[in-house]
Amino acid sequence: MAREKQALASTASGKGRLVDLPRGEPRAELHRELVGHLRQNRTQLREEWVARIGEARLLQAMTQEEIFAEATSVYDSYVAALETGTLDDLTAYARNLSERIIPRGVETHEVVGIVLLLRDVLARSLFAKYQADFEKLNRILDAYEPAANRIANTVAVGFVQERERVIRQQQEAIRELSTPVLQVRERLLILPIIGVIDPMRARQLTEQLLRGIRENRAKVVVIDITGVAAMDATVANHLVQTVEASRLLGATVIVTGLSPEIAQTLVTIGVDLGKMNTVGDLQGGIEQAERLLGYKVELG
Amino acid sequence: MQVPILKQGHVLIATIQAALTDADLLELRSGLVQQVVRYRSSGVIVDVTAMDVMDSFASRTLLEISRMIRLRGADTVIVGIQPEVAFAMVQLGVTLEDIPTALDLEEGLAYLQQTSRSIN
Repeated sequence: MAREKQALASTASGKGRLVDLPRGEPRAELHRELVGHLRQNRTQLREEWVARIGEARLLQAMTQEEIFAEATSVYDSYVAALETGTLDDLTAYARNLSERIIPRGVETHEVVGIVLLLRDVLARSLFAKYQADFEKLNRILDAYEPAANRIANTVAVGFVQERERVIRQQQEAIRELSTPVLQVRERLLILPIIGVIDPMRARQLTEQLLRGIRENRAKVVVIDITGVAAMDATVANHLVQTVEASRLLGATVIVTGLSPEIAQTLVTIGVDLGKMNTVGDLQGGIEQAERLLGYKVELG
Repeated sequence: MQVPILKQGHVLIATIQAALTDADLLELRSGLVQQVVRYRSSGVIVDVTAMDVMDSFASRTLLEISRMIRLRGADTVIVGIQPEVAFAMVQLGVTLEDIPTALDLEEGLAYLQQTSRSIN
């Protein structure tokens, strides 16, 4: 029974192959024809593409000559990728191109835009060439479209990856500009925070502060957030947790310089204000810290 | 692992030296609560410097110790919570709200000396 089914299946697939074969054979042929067509009309198609880029007002950060030079290289690697079916060279080129144009302010939509334009220009030329023979046009497009889409995908992904790499590098650099934990008096630390606090930086700040409390045997810490314009609920919560964790180490935290926006965030997330010791500005915070520590500052 | 409880003047000092089982913690609790009155101590210090992890049972037991000792007429200070442990506790929502905390044993003793009950 089972064997019978298998036999049936094999005849069926054999039949399928018979139908497929004539389509499968000329596919390589079609590919060659496609690549030949693109090679032959290289100058004209390339110029048309550059013109379309200009019309769409893409790559405005670059000069006309630069666009033309890059377009030539992209066109050639594009055709080469179609011909060989391997994307390695194109990927390498896309990365190299991205490295050069990202610092000049070229946006993702521009890169995706020009690759899609090239795809359209080439498709149009195919339509024009095979318009008399609809069957053939379909087969050519069958060969062209998947390859073209994969190429467009590769270039776009390569660009975005390069951008992400640059962003990661910059984040690293910013992180290294660490926030100092400063001792201003015996047992009194100041932590001035400036700029945007993301969850990553908040975690780092907490670690530094808690370590600083232990190393300096601090009893009072003033966290000054005058330089922080706003923070989201996650970071605000983190700030509150930092205050609580500091207390567990035996240190009192005074937060100074809350902007109206941050005050609103804290009220919105419903912070227990009994736990948070806040003072308007850094000066007031230091004065209160000195009182807590028993310092008395007198004018000589 | 039993926790030794030392008497130093008016203060009892319990130094946790290794990870404790729940049973050890309960034993520590009853030991401290009994001895605080026997020795007429006015303060208790629990040193948790050696604890790398503070689970919910441990924190709850510390809270209970503190409250029971207050009912027995003395103050409790928890000292030596590690920075990582402190932040993990806060994230778990364990803030030991009403228990005084201090950096280390020295600070804890200084705290107890300041509070009026300990001076006697």
